[in-house]
Amino acid sequence: MSIRLDHVTYTYSPGTAYEMHALKDVSLELPDGHFIGIIGHTGSGKSTLIQHLNGLMRPTSGHVYFNDEDIWGDKYDRRNLRFHVGLVFQYPEYQLFETDVITDVCFGPKNQGLSEEDRMKRAEEALRQVGVDESLFRKSPFELSGGQKRRVAIAGVLAMNPDVLVLDEPTAGLDPMGRDEILNTVADLQKQRGITVVLVSHSMEDVAEYVDQLIVMNHGEKAFDAPPREVFSHYKELEKMGLAAPQMTYIMHALKEKGLDVDVHATTIEEAEESILHALGRE
Amino acid sequence: MSIIKADKLNYDYLEYGEDGEKPEITHAVRDVNLKIREGQFIAILGHNGSGKSTLAKHMNALLVPTGGTMWVDQMDTHEDDEVWDIRQRAGMVFQNPDNQIVSSVVEEDVGFGPENLGVPTDEIWKRVDDSLRKTGMIAYRHHSPNKLSGGQKQRVAIAGVMAMKPKCIIMDEPTAMLDPNGRHEVIQAVRDLNKSEGVTVILITHYMEEVIYADNVFVMDEGRLVMQGTPREIFSHVDELHELRLDVPHVTQLAHALRLKGLDIPEGILSIDEFVDAIMKIRDGGTEGRSCQSD
Repeated sequence: MSIRLDHVTYTYSPGTAYEMHALKDVSLELPDGHFIGIIGHTGSGKSTLIQHLNGLMRPTSGHVYFNDEDIWGDKYDRRNLRFHVGLVFQYPEYQLFETDVITDVCFGPKNQGLSEEDRMKRAEEALRQVGVDESLFRKSPFELSGGQKRRVAIAGVLAMNPDVLVLDEPTAGLDPMGRDEILNTVADLQKQRGITVVLVSHSMEDVAEYVDQLIVMNHGEKAFDAPPREVFSHYKELEKMGLAAPQMTYIMHALKEKGLDVDVHATTIEEAEESILHALGRE
Repeated sequence: MSIIKADKLNYDYLEYGEDGEKPEITHAVRDVNLKIREGQFIAILGHNGSGKSTLAKHMNALLVPTGGTMWVDQMDTHEDDEVWDIRQRAGMVFQNPDNQIVSSVVEEDVGFGPENLGVPTDEIWKRVDDSLRKTGMIAYRHHSPNKLSGGQKQRVAIAGVMAMKPKCIIMDEPTAMLDPNGRHEVIQAVRDLNKSEGVTVILITHYMEEVIYADNVFVMDEGRLVMQGTPREIFSHVDELHELRLDVPHVTQLAHALRLKGLDIPEGILSIDEFVDAIMKIRDGGTEGRSCQSD
């Protein structure tokens, strides 16, 4: 279920004094079953980009393909597309609205036209997968903690059984452990369900740890599209874009400068640990 | 002299269920004693729901204790007559930059606070100038706040608080919604104000890297103050912090992991420079570098 963007440009208020190119000639491919990260400074076009993935926004020029079909072609069923590509917005817990948790999660499957029995099954499965305990199913979503609410909101999208799950900064405002829990859950889902996950993040450490393909947006253009190790080796360019590399990258470069033979591409703590022990001959 | 002092501070609230059931009592803050001296940079850590925001809201009398006492610049927050003065001494900056903008022009937004205090017009403009300069936002004075980046918006919010000439700024996760550059800008602005103006800063954050600049760190759990110390002291307790759902800076974590593997690295390493020095010492010490016992 790959998504492909082909020379996509999106212009706000074209032909007026307020004309602004939010996306400029962006081409990229999100292959099946991958964990993909998107980083970029505020206003770099990340949110505009992800809203193109399920047809919430229409390119001013260029094409978006889902399974090689142009989603803006004649007679293309975009409503159905939105069940395949699930979008979890920033602070999704603000979108919870039902009287209890399970009914809220059932909302998506209900719109898909599933029977009462099927949608309950879907909702229960989704809630279990994100780690929401059964004792909370009949509680009002507003009684839950911030982290729990966020899980419920993610379950609401998962219950539609999407092939692609897009998350816009799912960990903003969570404590460090909550951050790890949500990302581990998403990583497990990606493995178990074999779905494609697209993660928009401001944390370089998080993308270094989880994703296998990293897209960098800068002023509406795609600046990099490669595995994180490779992207972070351009850390000086990233800094000019208002971004940074994970702390590990800086450590490894500093050690290398002092003459220690370490792997400057190490981006996670584990990789750095191994490389330093190796360089010191302490394995 | 302490600018903020809490004595056995408790804050309970009642939650009412349906059908007139008995309300449940939530103890959001329990028996907190603390003193913050003027000019300090304080960080407060704690997981979601640990009570840190509730505690922070006591520091400018948005909440008053249900038990115990909170003094802000020697004023008891229970005294209704003092609330106005307290809020002038202690200003707050919140998480979402978009929720704190009141005007369509940056300089007017910054002038809103002092205007409400009845400051004479000439003086307002002086303060607006001054605070925009100190937060590095003077070039944007005629801009619309809506067109600024998140980090710039937060710096305008900080300038707005500064224009009220507070002794103390309390910031509740001011960088949670910002990109790396925005985070850096805001923390830099705050450190500058703390150093050059002597403003007391209380920073609540989930980013451990922002904490290393603090003079003192308070850690909260279940409404209680459970740890207190310098960043180095606090971050030496890697395992305990994990139990509290917290973390340490990644460089500290790496040093800790290597220490467990037998390398002679001190606990509580906070910066990349310190780390590199420690590793170099080991390399240059060769094989006689004594390894540390890990348990």
